[in-house]
Amino acid sequence: MALAGTVLLTGCNKPAADAGAGSDTIKIGEFASLTGSEATFGQSSHHGTQLAVDELNASGGVLGKKIQLLTEDNQSQAGQSATVVRKLISSDGVVAILGEVASSRSLEAAPICQQSKIPMISPSSTNPKVTETGDYIFRVCFIDPFQGTVMANFARQRLKLQNVAVLTDVKSDYSLGLAKFFKQGFTAAGGKIIAEQNYSGGDKDFNAQLTSIKAANPDAIFVPGYYTEVGLIGLQSKQLGLNVPMLGGDGWESTSLVPIGGAALEGDYFSTHFSPQDTSPVVQGFAKKFLDKFHESSDAMSALGYDSVMILADAIKKAGTTDGAKVRDALAAEKDFHGVTGNITIDASRNASKPAVILAITNGVFQYVQTVAP
Amino acid sequence: MTELLQQLINGLAFGSILALIAIGYTMVYGILRFINFAHGDIFMLGAFAGFYVAPKIATVLPLPSIAGALVVMGISMAVCAALGVLIERLAYRPLRKRPKLTVLITAIGVSLFLEYAGQFFFGAAPKKFPDLLPVLPITKIGGLSLNSNQIIVLAVTMILLVALRFVVMKTKIGTAMRAVSFNPEAAALMGVNTDVVISFTFALGSALAAAAGILWAINYPSIDPLMGILPGLKAFVAAVLGGIGNLPGAALGGLIIGVTETLVSGYISSTYRDAIAFAVLILILLVKPSGLLGKKEIEKV
Repeated sequence: MALAGTVLLTGCNKPAADAGAGSDTIKIGEFASLTGSEATFGQSSHHGTQLAVDELNASGGVLGKKIQLLTEDNQSQAGQSATVVRKLISSDGVVAILGEVASSRSLEAAPICQQSKIPMISPSSTNPKVTETGDYIFRVCFIDPFQGTVMANFARQRLKLQNVAVLTDVKSDYSLGLAKFFKQGFTAAGGKIIAEQNYSGGDKDFNAQLTSIKAANPDAIFVPGYYTEVGLIGLQSKQLGLNVPMLGGDGWESTSLVPIGGAALEGDYFSTHFSPQDTSPVVQGFAKKFLDKFHESSDAMSALGYDSVMILADAIKKAGTTDGAKVRDALAAEKDFHGVTGNITIDASRNASKPAVILAITNGVFQYVQTVAP
Repeated sequence: MTELLQQLINGLAFGSILALIAIGYTMVYGILRFINFAHGDIFMLGAFAGFYVAPKIATVLPLPSIAGALVVMGISMAVCAALGVLIERLAYRPLRKRPKLTVLITAIGVSLFLEYAGQFFFGAAPKKFPDLLPVLPITKIGGLSLNSNQIIVLAVTMILLVALRFVVMKTKIGTAMRAVSFNPEAAALMGVNTDVVISFTFALGSALAAAAGILWAINYPSIDPLMGILPGLKAFVAAVLGGIGNLPGAALGGLIIGVTETLVSGYISSTYRDAIAFAVLILILLVKPSGLLGKKEIEKV
């Protein structure tokens, strides 16, 4: 099956690529969770991507050609990403693929891009396995070992926490990875993981797990999940009288988090890529352009979506062609690229080495706490 | 000990919602001998009816309040009762004389139709369900935390079950339902209008599913068009566990599944939750193939 897929893909890809060379646009494919359980991530990321493409086209495009963005929705469902990415590559003939936020879905698309030798840039999948797929797979965000360690050190040194419980989504590669690195970091820093519980993405009832966690009497709960569940977990833990702060990762950062969790999330912290409150001119410029265009506040996913396009455009310019192998080489050589989410250097494993930001939830708003350099 | 009691309360609150859905499955099975797989989606529509009705009610009655919550629940139940009747009329009635398998496949089709029509009309992103009930301070008894929502779920379920029991056992239409469930042909010969009875059964089952949808959304205030799939499946298992076609059995099955899942999540691991819940089902069916209360009771609606 895999072999048949390869033959089919390369077979179809050839004429499309030739046609692309002669046409006056550069086709870039994007797959995103525009609907479904992680829809706000997909929408944010897509808006950032769209903003970058519009900006590039307004200033004359890349290599004298306009960029044509082809976006496909995977409905946040497993299995859909592979289908839409195959379509983008084989029937639309895109020269590069951008996506996804969720690591599980990036992992679906990565082998297909690798086989077809089409560079893929994930804006915000933080699980290390994504870029391990092969040398055509890149990302513009930091990875979970870094994010987990940052949060572990923050919990230990700044919040002075001693005993922490971990509640992991066992259906998500992202959550499993982040939980693992947080546990390693927190234990190494002298803290203790006193309870470990699991849930499956899509669950609504967490009372059982939280009751067990409450019995262990932790100082805080680390919940490396996505906002859909985190809001409900926050609510239910407070209803059980478990009044300790929760900590999390970039999966929390969504405008849907606070409406669901409400006051139950006050005083919680999470690590992410970007804060629109950052006073640097690059961030402020982006935040303003984003607000003007979409009438909503920018966030990490939109900033990363924006950076993924910009770094790709930069690589295509440097390569002087849209040929997959040459764009790949140019991407791999990117150093100190000035992105909205900080200076991006692509390392030997094709991951971005860059700083993380910690935000607190105060009065229902994400407040900037500190930036942690790699 | 406190932890165990707490887990039992969590399990009962979760299980009682499953019980309400399970009753709908079992009632339809009792009358028509087929599984209405679209039932879980009626549960979803109940929650969405509440979602859209609540802001309108808030202009007339104060929300969150008990009166407001009851009105929202009442309207949602009425909407779903009508939908249940409509679905039966359009999708199932034309197939009544066909093999049971045809109706079963149609039910799966109706289920998928409702889910994806829901995604189209409501949007696929999860929505925040409005607060219907005032959040009361958490009651503490010893180390136990009882939140008002859990108590309300248990109380409303009990009231609805007693009301249902009354309808089925003491009213004329309830008697007719039992008659049709025993023998539709004989009941028809005795002058029972089976079409009316079947419509009424769908209305009643759908109204209970809507109530379950509202209770679920009050407890877990994030709703989406696919939210009915898993609770629907679990409620179906609950109905089979209790003895399909048997009303108290469905309620008992719901509570058993709810408590088992909660205990497994709390003490073993949520990863094995569904596996163990289904293992319990298989064990019970091995010992009692007709389900826990199947056949023992004469009443079959």
